[in-house]
Amino acid sequence: MDAILLQILNGLDKGSAYALIALGLTLIFGTLGVVNFAHGALFMIGAFCAVTLQRIFTLSYVTLDESQKDFLGNPLKVETPYVQSWFGESLGAGIIDWSVPLAILFCIPVMVLIGFVMERGLIKHFYKRPHADQILVTFGLAIVLQEIIKYFYGANPIPTPAPELFRGSFDFGVLLGFDPNAIIYPYWRLVYFAFSAVIIGGVFAFLQFTTFGMVVRAGMADRETVGMLGINIDKRFTIMFGIAAAVAGLAGVMYAPINSPNYHMGMDFLVLSFVVVVVGGMGSLPGAVLAGFLLGILESFASMNEVKNILPGIDQIIIYVVAIIILLTRPRGLMGRKGVMEE
Amino acid sequence: MLGLKKTDATLLIVVTILTVFAPFILNPFPTSSAMAQFNAGYPDLMQRFIIFGIFAIGFNLLFGLTGYLSFGHAAFLGIGSYAVVWMYKLLDYNVLPGLVLAVIVSGIFALAIGFISLRRSGIYFSILTLAFAQMMFAISYSDLIGRFLGTTVTNGETGLQVYTSDPQILLSAGETAPHFLGLVEMRSTYTLDAGAWSFDFNAGYYFCVVFMLMAFYLAIRIFRSPFGLMLRAVKSNQQRMSYTGLNTKPYTLAVFVISGMYAGLAGGLLAAMDPLAGAERMQWTASGEVVLMTILGGAGTLIGPVLGAGFIKYFENIFSKINDNVLHQWFAFMPDGLEDFVVFVIHPFIGKGWHLTLGLMFMMVVIFLPGGLVEGGQRIGRIFRRKDRNSSDAELDAAKQRNTPPAE
Repeated sequence: MDAILLQILNGLDKGSAYALIALGLTLIFGTLGVVNFAHGALFMIGAFCAVTLQRIFTLSYVTLDESQKDFLGNPLKVETPYVQSWFGESLGAGIIDWSVPLAILFCIPVMVLIGFVMERGLIKHFYKRPHADQILVTFGLAIVLQEIIKYFYGANPIPTPAPELFRGSFDFGVLLGFDPNAIIYPYWRLVYFAFSAVIIGGVFAFLQFTTFGMVVRAGMADRETVGMLGINIDKRFTIMFGIAAAVAGLAGVMYAPINSPNYHMGMDFLVLSFVVVVVGGMGSLPGAVLAGFLLGILESFASMNEVKNILPGIDQIIIYVVAIIILLTRPRGLMGRKGVMEE
Repeated sequence: MLGLKKTDATLLIVVTILTVFAPFILNPFPTSSAMAQFNAGYPDLMQRFIIFGIFAIGFNLLFGLTGYLSFGHAAFLGIGSYAVVWMYKLLDYNVLPGLVLAVIVSGIFALAIGFISLRRSGIYFSILTLAFAQMMFAISYSDLIGRFLGTTVTNGETGLQVYTSDPQILLSAGETAPHFLGLVEMRSTYTLDAGAWSFDFNAGYYFCVVFMLMAFYLAIRIFRSPFGLMLRAVKSNQQRMSYTGLNTKPYTLAVFVISGMYAGLAGGLLAAMDPLAGAERMQWTASGEVVLMTILGGAGTLIGPVLGAGFIKYFENIFSKINDNVLHQWFAFMPDGLEDFVVFVIHPFIGKGWHLTLGLMFMMVVIFLPGGLVEGGQRIGRIFRRKDRNSSDAELDAAKQRNTPPAE
């Protein structure tokens, strides 16, 4: 029992990332009808927002401390981050420590801006072109974004630690009455799960309970009619693209402490997120979220030693196997609507 | 000639001449001159031109004719390589059994993957093929089959290679490198020194050329056959084809298998030139690369994919070689400040930044020139001969077809 619970918990953080990326992909596909291969790159840029903010906060000036000597006998060079000299020692250190959560604030405007520029500058011209062209141009864009990040940040993963407060693990099992140390779970992953739940809830609430969301949903169902009612649906869809980009970016920011950001993390997630979207049902938002969590948890079950002993390496292919089975038996995905991209 | 129309026969002859004399054509600069770095006439690179040409021709049969965009073609490339190296390990360094096996095995895999993937079309097809290829990559990268059976099949991260402890039952004494029926070794090269120039004639290169010409001839025949016409009909409107009572599946499946076999052959040749096979050949970036080549050259045209493959491999090689010192030499005529600035601007696009250039180039082609280089050439050509607008160029028709929406 405790082993099963542990695997479910382990699957949640990856599942959250899948769900968030797949949610953005589905939003873009549902509104604009565009398959965005650059969505993984947006996730990666989000993670690098956290890296950037951390670098900005740790910008330091060097002073010579005459009272201390280094091993050559020269005065010791002391680096003091500007933030610490401006806000005082403890508050400055606190700001640096909390750079990842603070990056959320930094990331949202950046990502929305990138989303707008991408939609207005590039994607807009591809509405009427075949899907193959949309795939190809966003694929090219993904390569470009990836290489730009690689140029500025290098090819190596950059460790981006979570705040001190969330660094350790805690004994989840004891809370539920299991033996101590049966279920050990890092705090940050729990934070990540809670965060993604909030984001997903926020997006759904936004679409469900606001007038703007209602118009967008109407536009997803029948773009032409909404346009004929005198509503500028294009503008709203552009805003939705910005929101989808921000969702991917936020998923990336918070993922930075779990896996050190590197330039190809976006692509690694993108392929799986596409599989998630297809399994969930193209164009279905709840389907994307459900499939994201399901596949994340499934992946973590497949990486249990008991399973691996029978089928070695199954954890690396399980998602694809499941996707293939689902596509063949239920082509429109778990929660896909009838008639949406069914052919 | 050979059952070809006159224009196609001319095209085949031109390609034959170009490939046979490539060692001359690609080495236009004397070896000691500063321009020698733009020479592409060394065996390793020429082999890659030809091999990726075959790969792209095969991919174009599928994508160019039917409009089905496969994002997992590199899987077959990898399978071909593994098949050839396994034949080295079991028999000897003769490449022929390996190549035959490579084509057969990749054909079988293509049949299985195609049978499942072709049940869907449009984006679903792309994602399904991508998923299959990623699955095969994961399997070979961690050697899952090997671990399951308790041996090695793909040798995981290290890549498959020949060890002295391998059975190699047909191995004769002194045999250490891939050869063709014991007649000629793949790596044997004859170097012709003519004054300041030096030309390499490599056995492996000409071996590949033979296969490439056969592949190209076959592709022309498929393009012009009723079968090819049927595939184009599928591209322009699959629904209408179904309504006329025709089952399109056997046609698309057949071309998927053929295209997979082309990729298997290309992968086999890669291993025939260099007796190694690694999982990275199957990665989806490799699949993306062949898509790039085909689009860049011009999907749906005969010569486009070959041009695209040559273009990308050539510039990959050149761009990766250029560094800041070379740039400073080139722009030495400028005032110092300006020179540094120009070098600074170009710097991100060269050397390790080649992929950035590639990505930008790819986007530009998709945005402005969906018909690829072939269409670009035709546009330039049309400027010069405005008069005969109604040119009945077969290639032009193919380029136009590209603009019609594919089967959904």
